[in-house]
Amino acid sequence: MVEVTGKPLDRVDGRLKVTGAARYSAEWDVPGLTYGAIVSSAVAHGTVRTIDSAEALQAPGVLAVLTHENAPRLQPFPEKVNGSLFRGEGGITETRQPLQDATVEYAGQPLAVVVADTLERARHAANLVRITYEQRPPELTIDSSSRRTLPETFTGNKEEKLQVTVGDPKAALAAAPVKLTQVYESGITHHNPIEQLASIARWETRNGTDFLTLYDTTRGVENMQEVVSHSLSLPKENVHVVCPFIGGAFGSKGWLFAPPLITVMAARVVKRPVKIEWRRQDMFAVAGQRAATRQTLALGATRDGKLTALQHDTQTHASQSSGYTEPCARVSRMMYAVPNLGFAHQLSHLHLPSPCPMRGPGETVGGWALECAIDELAAELNLDPVELRLRNYAEQNPETGKPWSSKHLRECYARGQEMIGWDKRNPKPRSMREGNNLIGYGMATTMYPAARRPAKAKATLFADGRALVQSATHELGNGAYTIFRQISADGLGLPVERVRFELGDSALPAAPTSGGSATTATIGPAALAACRNVLGALKRLAIRDAQSPLYGATEDTVEPRDGRLVRTTAPTQGEDYATILRRAKLPSLEAEGEAKPGDEREKYSFYSFGAVFVKVRVDELTGTIRVAQLCAVYDVGRLMNPKTAHSQIIGGVAMGLGAALMEETHYDPHNGRAVVRNLADYHVPSMADTPNIQVEWLNIPDPHISELGARGIGEIGCVGTPAAITNAVYHATGRRFRSLPLTPDKILPS
Amino acid sequence: MHPFNYQRATSPAQAVAAVAPAPSAAFVAGGTSQLDLMKEEVLRPSLLVDVAALPLKTIGALAGGLQLGAGVSNTAAAMHPEVLTRYPVVSEALLAGASTQIRNMASLGGNPLQRTRCPYFRDPAQACNKREPGTGCAALKGINKVHAIFGASAACVATHPSDLAVALAVLDAQVQVVGPAGSRTIAFPDLHRLPGDTPQQDTTLAHGELITSIDLPAFTGRSHYLKVRERASYAFALVSCAVALDMDGKKIKRARVALGGVAHKPWRVPAAEAMLAGKKPSEKLFRAAAEVAFADAKPLEHNAYKIPMGRNLLLRALLETSGLQPLQGPAGTAFAASVGGMGGE
Ligand SMILES: Cc1cc2nc3c(=O)[nH]c(=O)nc-3n(C[C@H](O)[C@H](O)[C@H](O)COP(=O)(O)OP(=O)(O)OC[C@H]3O[C@@H](n4cnc5c(N)ncnc54)[C@H](O)[C@@H]3O)c2cc1C
Repeated sequence: MVEVTGKPLDRVDGRLKVTGAARYSAEWDVPGLTYGAIVSSAVAHGTVRTIDSAEALQAPGVLAVLTHENAPRLQPFPEKVNGSLFRGEGGITETRQPLQDATVEYAGQPLAVVVADTLERARHAANLVRITYEQRPPELTIDSSSRRTLPETFTGNKEEKLQVTVGDPKAALAAAPVKLTQVYESGITHHNPIEQLASIARWETRNGTDFLTLYDTTRGVENMQEVVSHSLSLPKENVHVVCPFIGGAFGSKGWLFAPPLITVMAARVVKRPVKIEWRRQDMFAVAGQRAATRQTLALGATRDGKLTALQHDTQTHASQSSGYTEPCARVSRMMYAVPNLGFAHQLSHLHLPSPCPMRGPGETVGGWALECAIDELAAELNLDPVELRLRNYAEQNPETGKPWSSKHLRECYARGQEMIGWDKRNPKPRSMREGNNLIGYGMATTMYPAARRPAKAKATLFADGRALVQSATHELGNGAYTIFRQISADGLGLPVERVRFELGDSALPAAPTSGGSATTATIGPAALAACRNVLGALKRLAIRDAQSPLYGATEDTVEPRDGRLVRTTAPTQGEDYATILRRAKLPSLEAEGEAKPGDEREKYSFYSFGAVFVKVRVDELTGTIRVAQLCAVYDVGRLMNPKTAHSQIIGGVAMGLGAALMEETHYDPHNGRAVVRNLADYHVPSMADTPNIQVEWLNIPDPHISELGARGIGEIGCVGTPAAITNAVYHATGRRFRSLPLTPDKILPS
Repeated sequence: MHPFNYQRATSPAQAVAAVAPAPSAAFVAGGTSQLDLMKEEVLRPSLLVDVAALPLKTIGALAGGLQLGAGVSNTAAAMHPEVLTRYPVVSEALLAGASTQIRNMASLGGNPLQRTRCPYFRDPAQACNKREPGTGCAALKGINKVHAIFGASAACVATHPSDLAVALAVLDAQVQVVGPAGSRTIAFPDLHRLPGDTPQQDTTLAHGELITSIDLPAFTGRSHYLKVRERASYAFALVSCAVALDMDGKKIKRARVALGGVAHKPWRVPAAEAMLAGKKPSEKLFRAAAEVAFADAKPLEHNAYKIPMGRNLLLRALLETSGLQPLQGPAGTAFAASVGGMGGE
């Protein structure tokens, strides 16, 4: 049978999605459902002095109003969850337990929830809750923060230190014949998935104990189960978290616990199931964000363009109850062969909402700053930007000294240059013009860490010839259902139509939060292990069964072929899976499998690479930039499905285009309220902004990452794109822009 | 959202009779402005009177000009052959606004009456004199990037967001209204007002007055609309510009120029218009007019960019309208109106 992995199979859940049959978290039909509406803080800093629910409680249909005064008590937020640091400096999430006290740390912080029999009545009554505050002046900028820290690690990961010095960057910089120091700034951005946050909580009594079913827009059912059960002092088994479909996340929805916990508390109080759908406005307060950054890049080089020193210092911000630190040096620490390398991250705690990972956390804006600085150095040295990068090509990881698992970045540069016609441009800045427009070409290197984590899966063969493989991972719109079905079909030796894949349920075999572009490399091998194990069990059934043509064979002389088990040496001797099961009178046969990274992680440094080339038109007199052409070539290991991969990557590129040109959330500089609160004011790229994004990949399997040879592709498209665009704008205009996004007001010559 | 009553109007007179006596009653047409603001808790009407089904949906000839019914959708108006060919500024302004879906719902009566996009107006927790008189204006010292550079007051720095209104301001359009005190005609430039001390009042319409049509007088000159926005499509204007030129041979007989995104109403620039009248189109002349047009601009902390942007845009709009430079797309389309065009080759 021909392998289906690697084939451009159509998205298997496409039909469900376009017909509305795919069930999203707000859509579960739970009998007796009631509805919650949130009352959030009008101010950014202070305490709630009074909170008056009397009028709301009188309103028609209202069942309860929960505030910090009467909400059920929760355990303090856990320190670590499934091995990852949640609390403290560098920790990944907001650790404020909701509705537990009167302090206000950011505007839009949930302060009360009104539950009513209809959504409209709940929303109306939410307006009748009166809150007075003891206000204190909020600290809203990196510079005005009175609480600044230097977090040691990113999310407690010892492999990812945030304050690092290799060699002596200071001395090397001082001694460098060519030096460049520039400051790059990026604004706050939001994920803005089309599906807003939503939860439905239902309490029941099962076997005399409290049992909670939670439908939530999470992409980490396991972490959710852990945090919710911990917070409520329940056994983990008594919390069931379900999420089979997610309408986009982009880094959000992974580490958000206050929204579901509010729903869970409300359901407990009203003793009926409760649904809370957060409004778009709320998403700018409770759904996480990419924090603003101010990054100082210092490069030292020889006259012939060899980097001698690189120092990358970041200032960024988190809320009062999150230590999340945008890890801006993620690209700088590994991209170029530079002997003296330093980076530092300073975190200012502000009275703004909590940040969290957003597509390419650190890489997108940190890589932007680095790749712009490299472009500036190329101009300074009068070298082609590609040539400068080749002169500093890292043959091994400069921070750790480990060899790469697989790196073919040179091929990406070469092919990208060809695709865009790099050599046909006039390299002189501000030399190309068409009508009202200046024309510019720019490029940048891109990368993404190729993470892999431990995971489990279960495979079941049925007596009717079908099969099911399951793991508690997630479908974020990325194609997970499709590729894991393909991988499982090959693992079982069955046609893809006969295999289903299930995910998004805490009752399934454990899988980590779907993120960090690690899902394919994590779940794929686990699914294969489960498939191998169930086929092993099936072989044992057959070779012990005197009626089987395989009777008496040994396991290693029997193999799966086209849905049958056959003798390797005599493939005509064999029988199909269903026959074996039926004769054994088994309706099904199942086995679990487990896979995790091994000591290859000690030996190699795992990264994907790529190169992005862009042509822009800049109408300088109105400040308008359009991307005319965007070509990108990626080295991401072996592709599991070129069709879903293409969608993932062009989606990432479009998001990078948004980060470069238009996406930004402002908070009022005096009161800290979000001033951008809807999708009319928060501009994501429209179709008219997006050129025909031309992407190619090398499709060279990574020999070390796993038996599948596949690295992740979820984020790499977003990284690199902003710098390529910014560098193209420089080439068009001859002017450097060091502040994202490049909105017309900044481009217009003053 | 607050509870409200809903009625479908049976005739213009009945609609007026239903709204006029109730101070917090309002008309609703396409609802694309009205309903959003109700969901955001900005507007809390006690009664909505739906005028969308009234027989105000025709476009007909009128004394050499055109009468556009208030119930005509933005899409229908923009695509109407008479509008496209005789008043391309109207089609361009409409098609460079909002999205296809919204334009299909939106009405010509509702569009000029949509409320400001000032983000402080749209957040009930912010101080806003337009939403709640007397609470102050948080935008004045806040993020005022999209705010006014002309005609603002200490009470309000909001701008009017409608593209269509800017186009109508250069066409001597007239607004036909029926109200509790009978019918009247309002010259389009008099429909909107400056904020002064009463920014809660966007227009000169009395409560309960219903727009029945927008009348365009005969026009044989050239007209054109240009819009700068933060993305290629589906965004409000940072600055926009409508131009109507009546020509007398090679000379400009009369010029009308209005700017959008810069004031509480479409901002006509009489000094620049006067400068253009009777002259032959030239880049030099247009530059001088653009200079004059922005002479009185008063920027806030974050919107000074609107001055050079507006000047450059006005210059370009004049060059393109007069034919000294080509349009960037076919007349009457969003391509002609959208500065920067689309991404891609
Ligand atoms: C995301 C988004 C983007 C947009 N982008 C743009 C843009 O780029 N450019 C642009 O110009 N517009 C834009 N709009 C605004 C949109 O065009 C207007 O909301 C629409 O034109 C209003 O028409 P409507 O019929 O829906 O009005 P409604 O929402 O029904 O009413 C608006 C107001 O007019 C009153 N009203 C309605 N009809 C009458 C009448 N006949 N007589 C008296 N009063 C009446 C109502 O009481 C209400 O006060 C956008 C809107 C949205 C939501």
